[in-house]
Amino acid sequence: MSAEAAAPEPVTIVDTPIRLDYSYTPGVAASRFLRSLEQGKIVGQRCPKCQKVYVPPRGACSMCGVATDEELTLSGKGTVTTFCVTNIPSPGLQPPYVTAWIRLDGADITSMFLIQECDPSEVRLGMRVEPVWVDDGERKPDLGNIRYFRPSGEPDAAYDDYKSYI
Amino acid sequence: MSTASEMLVADHAIEYTYTRSTGPVIGAFLTGLRDKQIKGIRAVDGRVLVPPVEYDPVTSDDLTELVDVADCGVVTTWSWNDRPLAGQPFDRPFAWALVQLDGADTGLLAAVDVSEPAAMRTGMRVRARWADERVGSIRDLAGFEPEVDA
Repeated sequence: MSAEAAAPEPVTIVDTPIRLDYSYTPGVAASRFLRSLEQGKIVGQRCPKCQKVYVPPRGACSMCGVATDEELTLSGKGTVTTFCVTNIPSPGLQPPYVTAWIRLDGADITSMFLIQECDPSEVRLGMRVEPVWVDDGERKPDLGNIRYFRPSGEPDAAYDDYKSYI
Repeated sequence: MSTASEMLVADHAIEYTYTRSTGPVIGAFLTGLRDKQIKGIRAVDGRVLVPPVEYDPVTSDDLTELVDVADCGVVTTWSWNDRPLAGQPFDRPFAWALVQLDGADTGLLAAVDVSEPAAMRTGMRVRARWADERVGSIRDLAGFEPEVDA
């Protein structure tokens, strides 16, 4: 059969790309946070009124409506407060993979990260974790500098320490 | 205290490509474009709608009678686009126009490739310019250009 005789299949599926291009300016506080990540540190800001520590810092306390000038460096370790095991593929991630809301020590807000270097069945509320950083010298001012969190080996946190973050 | 020089700025793209099934009517329209054939569909009141739709805009009845129309027609209204955005049909100023193709009763929104607004007028005749490589996409219809009198 000649190539001409083989009519192409009718169109039944189309790709419709949707794209928005932003020039993103994170602002002063978040810029300092991103710069700190470049140095392998995680910084937050404390509200002078309610004393809560925000990570990442936004330069203001959304509850009190006041500027947050005091900056502090966290250890990076934290506690799993909620997690999800995903069993369907996602770009760059092989299932099953675990995402978790982690309360970093000293922070009053949780952050979402991947949990790796352990079986998904081992992940639990209260599990103590630590960050695994991109190698020094390859870091950029980017949250991607924290590749994921892994179990720190410490005993689980007491329920009372994280119950209000679940 | 923080200074402006410490502030970061970065390009940030949000992109999501939907993979959509076309259904029989849009599928036929896109398949036609691949073959340089524009198709409309006959409505209950007899009008030919281009691009074709699956349901009658007045009665909501299923529409199935695909109709071939010409790849040339008349500009019924237009607007000048002086600053094209990324992803638009041309990277230079051009006109957006409703083109009522010969054999059609409605206007198809399309780009007309002319260099200045003075080259546009309502009622002018235009002809399709087809992409060299056609894949069954609206982009197969690269745009329209003024029809040259024979």
